[in-house]
Amino acid sequence: MACEQAPLLQVENLRVATAEGRPILHGVSFHIQPGETLCLVGESGSGKSVASLATLGLLPKGALQVEGGTITFAGEALLGASARRLKALRGNRVAMIFQEPMTALNPVLSVGRQIDEVLCCHTRLDAAERRAKTLDALAQVHLPDIQRIYGAYPHRLSGGQRQRIMIAMALVLEPTLLIADEPTTALDVTTQQQILTLIRELQQRHGTAVLFITHDMGVVADIADRVCVMHQGQVVEQGAAAQVLGQPRQAYTRQLLAAVPALAPRAPRAAGSAQVVLDVVELSMVYPGPRRLLRRSPGTCAADQVSFNLTRGRTLGIVGESGSGKSTVARCLMRLLTPSAGAVRVTGKDISELSAAGLKPHRKRIQMIFQDPNRSLNPRRSIAQSLIEGPMNYGIDRAEALTRAQRLLELVGLPADALGRYPHQFSGGQRQRIAIARALAMEPDVIVADEAVSALDVSVQAQVLELLDGLQQRLGVAIVFITHDLRVAAQLCDEVLVMRRGQVVEYGTAAQVLGAPQHTYTQQLMAAVPGKAWDFSAAARS
Amino acid sequence: MFAYFVRRVLAAIPVMLVVALFVFLLLRLSPGDPAAIIGGDMASPEQLAAIRQNLGLDRPLHVQFFVWLWQLLHGDFSTSLMAHTGVLSMIGQRLEPTLSLALVATALTVLVAVPLGVLAAWRRGSWLDHTVMSVSVLGFSVPVFVIGYGLTTLFALQLHWLPVQGFKSIFDGVGPFAYRIALPALTLASAHIALVARMTRASLLDVLGEDYIRTARAKGLGELAVLFRHALRNAWVPILTVIGSGFALMISGVVVTESVFNIPGLGRLIVDAVLARDYPVIQGMILLTSGVYVLINLLIDMSYAISDPRIRY
Repeated sequence: MACEQAPLLQVENLRVATAEGRPILHGVSFHIQPGETLCLVGESGSGKSVASLATLGLLPKGALQVEGGTITFAGEALLGASARRLKALRGNRVAMIFQEPMTALNPVLSVGRQIDEVLCCHTRLDAAERRAKTLDALAQVHLPDIQRIYGAYPHRLSGGQRQRIMIAMALVLEPTLLIADEPTTALDVTTQQQILTLIRELQQRHGTAVLFITHDMGVVADIADRVCVMHQGQVVEQGAAAQVLGQPRQAYTRQLLAAVPALAPRAPRAAGSAQVVLDVVELSMVYPGPRRLLRRSPGTCAADQVSFNLTRGRTLGIVGESGSGKSTVARCLMRLLTPSAGAVRVTGKDISELSAAGLKPHRKRIQMIFQDPNRSLNPRRSIAQSLIEGPMNYGIDRAEALTRAQRLLELVGLPADALGRYPHQFSGGQRQRIAIARALAMEPDVIVADEAVSALDVSVQAQVLELLDGLQQRLGVAIVFITHDLRVAAQLCDEVLVMRRGQVVEYGTAAQVLGAPQHTYTQQLMAAVPGKAWDFSAAARS
Repeated sequence: MFAYFVRRVLAAIPVMLVVALFVFLLLRLSPGDPAAIIGGDMASPEQLAAIRQNLGLDRPLHVQFFVWLWQLLHGDFSTSLMAHTGVLSMIGQRLEPTLSLALVATALTVLVAVPLGVLAAWRRGSWLDHTVMSVSVLGFSVPVFVIGYGLTTLFALQLHWLPVQGFKSIFDGVGPFAYRIALPALTLASAHIALVARMTRASLLDVLGEDYIRTARAKGLGELAVLFRHALRNAWVPILTVIGSGFALMISGVVVTESVFNIPGLGRLIVDAVLARDYPVIQGMILLTSGVYVLINLLIDMSYAISDPRIRY
């Protein structure tokens, strides 16, 4: 990068505060040269999205406001620019793509129409020219059957396709700056890799500068020219990617890098007890299809003859992309769904066909931890109420359940006075600890953790993984750990089972499956892990 | 989409049958002789005998029901006791004023309330929002007749712009029709305007927080396009539901407005029929209004499917 060149975007000492005056950004400065990729990295709440939204004047009205600083785009001051001027720049010279492709497109307008709108409002092309240009944009993002996609509604398209639509919409007028706010966070790894490659390709073709916001150090290692690390509304460190990732100067950056789980599988643990606590035999689940006029259309097979077993104190990882059937398997294990065929034996007893009443004594043996701790705890019940409800349903008296709850909170590393508080008074990581305590309160033999750390920041994620590992050693509980993140699976699991379209493609020890994958699909998954070539732990040590 | 429509229409049939059964039982299960109830206090023994004959009261109940249903399907809604004319033709005569009133009032509601609601949501928390919301509280807390007499006093008695009362059919010319319907329609619409404006605001506020609204703004669209093309289309379903049920309410119960403005509509027919215990007319009106409700709900459901491509049942 030629550093003498004038920066395309220069943000100086930007300060943003809430309407009540609480500061969100304390004087943030960064710049982007034409054609380069700057990664804005930070954990949730670091202010990285706020900084990007402020650039286009898109801060939520009445909630956040700019208090000071300057933003200069191609020599033009953006703070204080008229609404009309900002409107003319948006979508035209500066475009944005967002995190959640499922909700970022309007569900009631066809995607062609939504791209067409950009052309309508920034150009004077006639309808035929606009259509040709839109189709060209769709072709450039490598969508198949573009004539059909032009008229399709967003709900008909996959997450990856929708993100391609967003990119086509953002790049149709060849902007000089693309702001990408966590554009691949909600996508599967293989889709993520395709989208990153696509952004790279279009960037090179059109010379677009990219401001890429992410929390994923792997993605940073793959795409960044320069990196800017943010923490609590401040820029902690910035510099060339190799320098920030290789020789970080600040303790916070080192801490972030150290928290990235390594992709190499953990050292195998000696098998302890030989008692099989969970034995799943040819489990299948077919969801019935939607009703037509007189008959049902054929159903969807979400799990097809899945078999595995788990001994006491071990962890099995079920990995796969969205739609692979891993959550369906989890729900069948919990008997939240009744499987269409096969057996689920929990400590020897088949629970797959038990009635609701017959199931009750077995429910406590297998407990679940969910993905989003913000939604899995009832906001109107105190922590104590959440923790004692299960044991009391099984006949333990209130006083004893409360002492047990207190012990559990200590076990998961929370203060004992947490009992009287409510979920909103805790951070995401603390809430997940509470959810773990709730599962443990039943003294189960098996815990099913469905993407239990996916919603957490890396540093919090590392702590929760450590907690799970320690609890397992102490209590000997077996864990079924469902995840899409191969790094997490490598760190926690003894055995790994890879699923694709409802079928098991590979099953074996973590060292076999992740260390030397046999199936091409597993190989593809491993190859798509962002930043796989980068050794984060080495950088953190330096 | 077609299969969905067919299923919805078919699903309306059992609903109507249950309504018919209820209307039928209303008379049979009331204490006393149905013939005496229908015939009223002044009926002669010969008349009662004729009524019994007509209703087939000597036959089993379910047979009576099917006979009655058969008569309904042939358009025989029996005869009014007060007017001694067919119930169907009586309702037919009164339908036009009520329908005109309801349609004009609904149109007024949509034209006034939706933009007001959009404006209030767009400028949430501003004086504009507060004004619209306080006026709308006023709109549905003031009784209809007060609004009616208030409007009459102002526009008819003080300003002499509009007539005090009366109704002219639209077939006698649009001018005279509009001249006479303006005040009653505005009166009737006032509460609905208030309700729909609030509904629009609430529904739009939900949608304005969505990601695709941010996308639309990031594209550089103007506020009008963002509000109407992107936000309102997504907020439309609950608003439509309120407008639709409002319309159905207007068909069945506009007694006060009709009385204030002396319009010969269905509201007054049903009040007269209830006061005179004119059972055949009451039965006919119940059947008609439930039919209207079922039809409106059908239309609303279908318009959901048209306005939101994701809805498929």
